[in-house]
Amino acid sequence: MKEEVTILSANSISIGYRNGKEVTAVANNVSVQLKKGSLTALIGANGIGKSTLLRTLTGIQKPLQGEVMLNGKNISSYSAKALAQKLSIVLTEALPPSNLSVFELTALGRQPYTNWLGIMAEEDIAKTNEALQMVQLEHLADKKHYEISDGQLQKVLIARALAQDTPLIVLDEPTTHLDLLHKVSLLKLLKQLTEKTGKSILYSTHDLDLALQLSDEVIVMTSEDVIQNTPALLREMDIFNRLFTDKSIYFDYAKGGFIINPG
Amino acid sequence: MILFGVLTAALVLLFVLNLSLGSVNIPFNDVVNTLSGKGAGKATWEFIILNYRLPKAITAVLAGMGLSLSGLLMQTLFRNPLAGPYVLGLSSGASLGVAFVILGAGFLPIIVKDFFLSSYGTVAASMLGSFLVLLAVLAVAARLRDTMAILIVGLMFGSFTSAIVGVLTYFSTAQQLQKFTFWAMGSLGSLSWENIAILAVACTIGILLAATCIKPLNALLLGERYAKSMGINFGRARFIIILATSILAGSVTAFAGPVAFIGLAVPHMAKLAFRTSNHIVLFWATLLSGAIVLLVCDIVTQLPGSDLTLPINAVTSIVGAPVVIWLLLRKRNKSYS
Repeated sequence: MKEEVTILSANSISIGYRNGKEVTAVANNVSVQLKKGSLTALIGANGIGKSTLLRTLTGIQKPLQGEVMLNGKNISSYSAKALAQKLSIVLTEALPPSNLSVFELTALGRQPYTNWLGIMAEEDIAKTNEALQMVQLEHLADKKHYEISDGQLQKVLIARALAQDTPLIVLDEPTTHLDLLHKVSLLKLLKQLTEKTGKSILYSTHDLDLALQLSDEVIVMTSEDVIQNTPALLREMDIFNRLFTDKSIYFDYAKGGFIINPG
Repeated sequence: MILFGVLTAALVLLFVLNLSLGSVNIPFNDVVNTLSGKGAGKATWEFIILNYRLPKAITAVLAGMGLSLSGLLMQTLFRNPLAGPYVLGLSSGASLGVAFVILGAGFLPIIVKDFFLSSYGTVAASMLGSFLVLLAVLAVAARLRDTMAILIVGLMFGSFTSAIVGVLTYFSTAQQLQKFTFWAMGSLGSLSWENIAILAVACTIGILLAATCIKPLNALLLGERYAKSMGINFGRARFIIILATSILAGSVTAFAGPVAFIGLAVPHMAKLAFRTSNHIVLFWATLLSGAIVLLVCDIVTQLPGSDLTLPINAVTSIVGAPVVIWLLLRKRNKSYS
């Protein structure tokens, strides 16, 4: 068995919001481990607290209890710049209007390494080109970012995260807005990247069937608990029928997807 | 690079042209000779250039640079192509500051009054006014992500300011009122060399502060969350950007009055000409284009060959207002804006 190195870990932390003295817990007893070179999916119904968990794991907000460890160090003890060299993100929100070309957008990922003016050294340019090659979009380098398709833009944003050269990449619902073909191609790319580069990738998604087929591990958030395991073991635990409490759908293990109850 | 060369050449040419044109046309050679210290063909020409046109041309260059750069900073900070010192109400805020000083000076104790009525006091009040409005706009922008809402807030500040100014006029003397009215019409001329020195220092500080934010500004092209994830200290960067903007817009408005639309239109001209969003390029491009555009506008206000002078605001609005409408129409097709 190969040695497993944990990049990020959280041991039974509580997540939620603090508003003055008022504390709103979203989930308790959450344990997450992200291993080097693994692709992990985060699934759960809308409003269950996926975003809160992602925000906590990426150090944007502090856990109510416990701590998130990144490379063996508490994530909140990193300076902004040091954290930017360990962790990069890909968001769903639309980009503000700008004239950025695909290359320029990807190159912004080099910011944690460039000088105060952000001037690119040779190494930065090489890394940017390398990142674009990894997502196979180097032919679009000179296009403006608004001239390419949604699927391509999502890949460019991943290239930007790759250029940031971090051991961990966190993606917030990268497959939203894409059709099935592009969803598959994107997840395959993520899988490939973890294998080739040894990076650890965590992404949230609503595409349970795809996530089960392509991820090394899946974190399932239900209203009762948060469970992380391999897809095969999660199937055995019959966890997916606890995802949605509504009786109108059920998970069909033979088909590997949700089926709508007639009537 | 070629474009930068062309712009620099255009700037120098327009600067000399600006000195040469006016109600009295002074030949190009005499302008150059005066500037190089050789003296012009007529003593009056030399007097006109050194005491009237040169200060005005320098003011145009400084004001053009300051307003345009503050527009660029705001467009990136607010992720809003329609932001600018005039549209967002910064000029109104500066006006309010100046109005309090000029019209409200009667309420102040004598010792403080002297300071506030000096150029320094006007500049300080003006910068403070734009700084406060900027903070208010920022607070609103944090709650409303909507582009148009922010602009409407800017408009409201404009109305609010004119209302307060209206109230103040009731309590002020005719002389104070006249002074304020002339200021509010906007004018690049009538600055003493001492005033120009103050303006130059303020603009330099603002420009240098802005230069330290070039990298964060580029990161902000992807939005606040990405910028933070790339190691940018967003809080500090935003503070410096706001400070630089207030200094630039406030000092220019204090001396030249509220000059409309330059801050909004020029960054777009620079973005269009250079086809980039990289702020290292846009920084210089905006500074150069700002100076050029305001020099051209100033030449137009002189209506060369005639004795008439138009208010600078009228000319910049005629150029700028259509730009805003054009930008709004362009926003519809998602692309570059």
